Amino acid sequence: MTQTSVKLETYRTGFDALLQETEATDPQWLTDLRREAWSRFNKLGFPTARRGNEKWKYTSVRPLAAANFDSPLVINPPENINTADLRRVAPWNDAWTNLVFLDGHFAGYLSNPQNGAGQIMVTNLADAIASGNPDVQRQLAKHANTDDDGFTALNTAFLRDGAFINVPAGHIAATPVHLIFATTGQFEHAASYPRTLLLAGANSRVTVLESYVSLAQAPYFTNAVTEIVLEDGAQVEHYRLLLESADAFHVGTSRVHQSKDSTISSASFAKGAAMARQDVQIILDAPGASCSLNGLYMTTGEQHIDNLINIDHAKPYTKSRLFYKGILDGKSKAVFGGTVLVRKDAQKTDAQQTDKNLLLSRQAEVDSKPSLLIYADDVQCAHGATAGHLDKDTLFYMQSRGLDRESASRILIHAFASQIIDTVELEPLRDYLDDLFLAAIPTASLEFGSR
Amino acid sequence: MAQDVESGGQTLLEVRGLRASVEGLEILKGVDLTVKTGEVHAIMGPNGSGKSTLANVIAGKPEYQVTSGQVLYQGADLLSMQPEIRARLGIFLAFQYPVELPGVRAWQFLKAAVDAQREHAGEEEISARAFDRMLKEKVELVEIDPELVKRAVNEGFSGGEKKRNEILQMAVLQPKLAILDETDSGLDIDALRIVADGVNKLRNSSNAIVLVTHYQRILNYITPDQVHVLIDGRIVRSGGPELAHELEERGYDWIKEAVDAGV
Ligand SMILES: Nc1ncnc2c1ncn2[C@@H]1O[C@H](COP(=O)(O)OP(=O)(O)OP(=O)(O)O)[C@@H](O)[C@H]1O
Ligand SMILES: [Mg+2]
Repeated sequence: MTQTSVKLETYRTGFDALLQETEATDPQWLTDLRREAWSRFNKLGFPTARRGNEKWKYTSVRPLAAANFDSPLVINPPENINTADLRRVAPWNDAWTNLVFLDGHFAGYLSNPQNGAGQIMVTNLADAIASGNPDVQRQLAKHANTDDDGFTALNTAFLRDGAFINVPAGHIAATPVHLIFATTGQFEHAASYPRTLLLAGANSRVTVLESYVSLAQAPYFTNAVTEIVLEDGAQVEHYRLLLESADAFHVGTSRVHQSKDSTISSASFAKGAAMARQDVQIILDAPGASCSLNGLYMTTGEQHIDNLINIDHAKPYTKSRLFYKGILDGKSKAVFGGTVLVRKDAQKTDAQQTDKNLLLSRQAEVDSKPSLLIYADDVQCAHGATAGHLDKDTLFYMQSRGLDRESASRILIHAFASQIIDTVELEPLRDYLDDLFLAAIPTASLEFGSR
Repeated sequence: MAQDVESGGQTLLEVRGLRASVEGLEILKGVDLTVKTGEVHAIMGPNGSGKSTLANVIAGKPEYQVTSGQVLYQGADLLSMQPEIRARLGIFLAFQYPVELPGVRAWQFLKAAVDAQREHAGEEEISARAFDRMLKEKVELVEIDPELVKRAVNEGFSGGEKKRNEILQMAVLQPKLAILDETDSGLDIDALRIVADGVNKLRNSSNAIVLVTHYQRILNYITPDQVHVLIDGRIVRSGGPELAHELEERGYDWIKEAVDAGV
């Protein structure tokens, strides 16, 4: 037996146990989906940085594969968590629609699902499946492809719960929806597989926030998959917060499908996890579809973060804006990859892609390789990636006005981060993030460079 | 010298036999300069002669190594102080090339600078209202576009706007010793007058100004007590305002020749 297949054994045992427990109650289509996904995962295994595997060139999942994370089978989540605990680790707002998941399981006692007639439906996925919701059956796993993606396959095989948001056509959802996926630390070495399905009907509007957080300083594995479908003219404001424990592994996969004149504006904020991978794919599948993706990641110690963002301009008159920024300290490493693909008939595509990194130490490292793949001839596309230290001359200028090194660097780093934080429309969230990142700015032993 | 007696000020800055190098290359080769309160000094000299180097050494730019000599500021050893301490004690350098601070709003930066100064003096942070009022006053004083202070410091500012912004900072921080490194370069005639007016309004008997310049014209607005000529890292000649006129007319060669001839 090879090294890898030994490691998969834990997952196989887990999967067999899961099937045994769910097969009798789950609808047949779900069981079929599970089995198929498992056989995919079994074939694919964990990705390796072997030659030709561009998607995993700079990120090794060996430590993750070696750690043998296990998915706790219990259906009932811990009941000793309260909102005060969550407030400590996530933005919490009583006025929002909150769904809380603990170790992958829905915590109804901390949540306020919505399901009024003709209104937005916000519920946990397991309930939606059990009630035979036809939209779930029609859309689930249709956008997050398992074909060549082991992590999506694994999530789908182990799919237990998550969030289902359905915004009916023409509905303007005034209340933001907040999905909190928290790891409690009550199960050792736990893996969780949160799944989110968001359907935004024609000309609907909704704001959704996904937070991945931890109540304990422990190693665990979150493998999350989110599918977002925008019908014609839908407008989605989407936030993703990665605030996992510093010992955690996180793989988050987001798949977005956009119809005519739909708009998604998304912002991703990442601070946590020992190793994190955020894989986003957006298909602009009809004229007038546009997306704007902003991102901020801040790493320290030996953290590793990998953002892979693929934007598929499948049809003409589509627009994408991507602006990510990274602040790296210690020996941390950031990878930024992905492609803006402009297909042959996607004329008049307008795409911009930027990744800027601020390195606070000599040992921090960035591999930023965004790329453009253009098959149409009448397009406007631009991309760029930069990485640099705080500048010595800039620092001296600030010192010459009375600021010490520490305050000067704080001001500079904060200003760097603010450019992304300020794009957040949701005010309480913007304030939360501003405080969070400001507090996380390292204060000591920053290193400077020359222009 | 007559001016010294007339000014009757206290010695603010004393540079003695200052030698400084950068990257192993000696730029200042023994500079002596005494500045008293109430005085205006002009420093002129050809490109590359070390004027900015002298200004930067006084402000504390780290890459310049002082190899010998002394700088006393209000009688204290300036060279042992961090640049921010010098600033808080009243030294201000208007940069020849002001630096852009991406994303840092000008008013926020100024408030942080004012607070740093106050904290050092054992005072409380300035209230947002008091600061706003003061800033508005200074913006009017130096006739700068009020929109500029809402923007990121120097980011996308025109050359002239950057220079005016330096004067605004000076007006806000009210230094005891202001060194203006070619603040007059790149200004149109009106801006030059405005900047000069601003400087004149900020002048008083307890502070002093050192103007580094290539042009006599700013000295029409701000009358210097002394004009110094810096060539190849040394002050080779000092005189009154008439020296600036002479330089404007005759250039530097005659002085170089005179110095070489030991006159
Ligand atoms: N950081 C530095 N690294 C290398 N050389 C430097 C540095 N700073 C100054 N120099 C050199 O020192 C010399 C004096 O420069 P300085 O800027 O002081 O001249 P200046 O008199 O201000 O000239 P200008 O009138 O052109 O502004 C020049 O030859 C310059 O190239
Ligand atoms: Mg100069």
